[in-house]
Amino acid sequence: MAELNLVEAINRALEWELAHDPAVVVLGEDVGVNGGVFRATVGLQERFGAERVLDTPLAETAIVGTAIGMAAQGLKPVAEIQFSGFIYPAMDHIWNHAGRLRNRTRGRLSCPLVVRSPCGAGIHAPEHHSESPEALFAHLPGVRVVIPSSPSRAYGLLLAAIRDPDPVIFLEPTRLYRLFKQEVADDGEALPLDVCFTLRAGTDVTLVSWGAMLNETQAAAEALAQEGVMAEVIDVATLKPLDMTTILESVSRTGRCVIVHEATRAGGFGAEIAANLAEHGLYSLLAPVQRVTAWDVVVPLSRLEHQYMPSVERIVAAVRKTLEGA
Amino acid sequence: MATVARFEVEFTRFLDAEGEATQELPAFALDPANLIPLYRAMQLTRAFDTKAIALQRTGKIGTFASALGQEAIGVGVAGAMRKEDVLVPSYRDHAAQFMRGVTMAESLLYWGGDERGSDFSVPREDFPICVPIGTQVCHAAGIAYAFKLRGEARVATCFLGDGATSKGDFYEAMNFAAVWRAPLLIVINNNQWAISVPREHQTLTPTLAQKAIAAGIAGVQVDGNDVIAVHDAARQAAEKARAGGGPTLIEAISYRLGDHTTADDATRYRDADTVQQQWANEPIRRLRNYLARIGAWDPGKEERLLKECADQVNAAVEAYLAIPPPTTAAMFDHLYATLPAALQEQREAAQWFASHDGGGSHG
Repeated sequence: MAELNLVEAINRALEWELAHDPAVVVLGEDVGVNGGVFRATVGLQERFGAERVLDTPLAETAIVGTAIGMAAQGLKPVAEIQFSGFIYPAMDHIWNHAGRLRNRTRGRLSCPLVVRSPCGAGIHAPEHHSESPEALFAHLPGVRVVIPSSPSRAYGLLLAAIRDPDPVIFLEPTRLYRLFKQEVADDGEALPLDVCFTLRAGTDVTLVSWGAMLNETQAAAEALAQEGVMAEVIDVATLKPLDMTTILESVSRTGRCVIVHEATRAGGFGAEIAANLAEHGLYSLLAPVQRVTAWDVVVPLSRLEHQYMPSVERIVAAVRKTLEGA
Repeated sequence: MATVARFEVEFTRFLDAEGEATQELPAFALDPANLIPLYRAMQLTRAFDTKAIALQRTGKIGTFASALGQEAIGVGVAGAMRKEDVLVPSYRDHAAQFMRGVTMAESLLYWGGDERGSDFSVPREDFPICVPIGTQVCHAAGIAYAFKLRGEARVATCFLGDGATSKGDFYEAMNFAAVWRAPLLIVINNNQWAISVPREHQTLTPTLAQKAIAAGIAGVQVDGNDVIAVHDAARQAAEKARAGGGPTLIEAISYRLGDHTTADDATRYRDADTVQQQWANEPIRRLRNYLARIGAWDPGKEERLLKECADQVNAAVEAYLAIPPPTTAAMFDHLYATLPAALQEQREAAQWFASHDGGGSHG
């Protein structure tokens, strides 16, 4: 088994699927000759040709818009938007067309499209390169929103996303691209979508997070374990549709929940999980649900970005708050 | 100083407003047997439009966008398409849709507020009507790319209005298709009005066809009220695309004789005299005059055709009105290929409430 970082795992998943399904097409800015600005698509054009791995003109609307047309024709386009801060021009297509095509044609046409885009802060990037827009997409009917938290999960979830018959917004935490390596079996085995993964078992509090923040969340769980507080850690992985069953089951045992995300707080996806807990799990809660999120501000440039992103200390503090009076 | 590039935009018309041939007609138009089906399709579209507006006024369908005066564009272009091609229409393109095999009952079902109206029984790969402006050009470019990738001699054809040429989607998609040499036909229905904004307030360029120059593809202008000119241009563009010659932009110049939609009142922003003058250019009278002049049409045939169109429209209305409303569950049934477990509860709740209050109370 190869030791891969997350961006290499993405590359292997794309390569596997291009090799095994002739309908798969990869398109985007700089994905061909250059292999992508993060090298996620490196070597793919060389192997599969410029007709299946396309360097497109620089236009996000048309990258996603044309991919919808390809998908309706039975291709399985994997469109890369170079940074999620540039995805907004394509929002019209994602919302008005990709997410609706199957429904409005009563299943006559479908849209097996994947839109891949790096997301999140922490890499000292320029403006508009550090956004966490997952809640915008999770609000849309008809799409899936998937965010991997490790190389092996990136590999398996991306395969699942490409094979899924409906549109998937696949957000890749830029900070994790090269943060760590992991053994990944490049065997074409997909992971299930629409389910949460429990990364660590615990009895005192449930920590719910996704993407890059699982790094801090797991570190917080480790720190808490040193103090004798056993935290269960859940990787949401697929935000839309949301697997509340796993989260509710965990909270029914722990009685406490802290939700951690890097996106801003107001209208963030943590609010959706907290609302579900209030609706369906209130009586198992021993303390109010806590959210640890970015502040409701514009993602700052690099000098302040670490103060913007939730820290291990803030997660631990939130857990302590849920334990007060226990 | 040196001129490094120079461009021309050609305008084509075969029949003038009175139906007189202004130049030698293309081969297909020499046989009236090829023209009469186009005439019939234009009359059928007009009969449908009249009925659809009446249905809207009596609350039997919702907002509707009429194609009055622009019948030659959809009929001429779709008449040049093959069955295996794919149509990507905008919301004023039922003339083309009917030519493709979309039924009038399906169209009424769509405008009547039922998604089943976009589940066409015949052109299964054609796109449903696109309401957002210009986005469909991107979809058509992607479809055309799929044809090219698979080596299929098929053409994707999309329609847009003059206003849509101001959208980035139009430029981006045309540029993509051009770079890809994709078999795409982009047809601008230049009906002079983007709701209340006239063509001259939409863009400073003297033609819309010249926008193709920026993408490096052919852009031609035709008299959009001359079905022969429209059909001829579309046929040539489709043949070129099928042979690997890439996309073509056709600007068909017409005039919107009706309101933008049934929700619009065009008397607020344009004077009746101008509209009245434009009636002299409309496409149906023009072709009828020509056919009569060559002895291929007469009042008897006209009377029989109008009766036949009215009967066909009335039968479609009856068929539409007889279709029972969709079930509550239909909202969920095609949202995803398989309904996610997370949505099962909502589906059941919606059904429960619909069965208990009839779905009619929104208090």
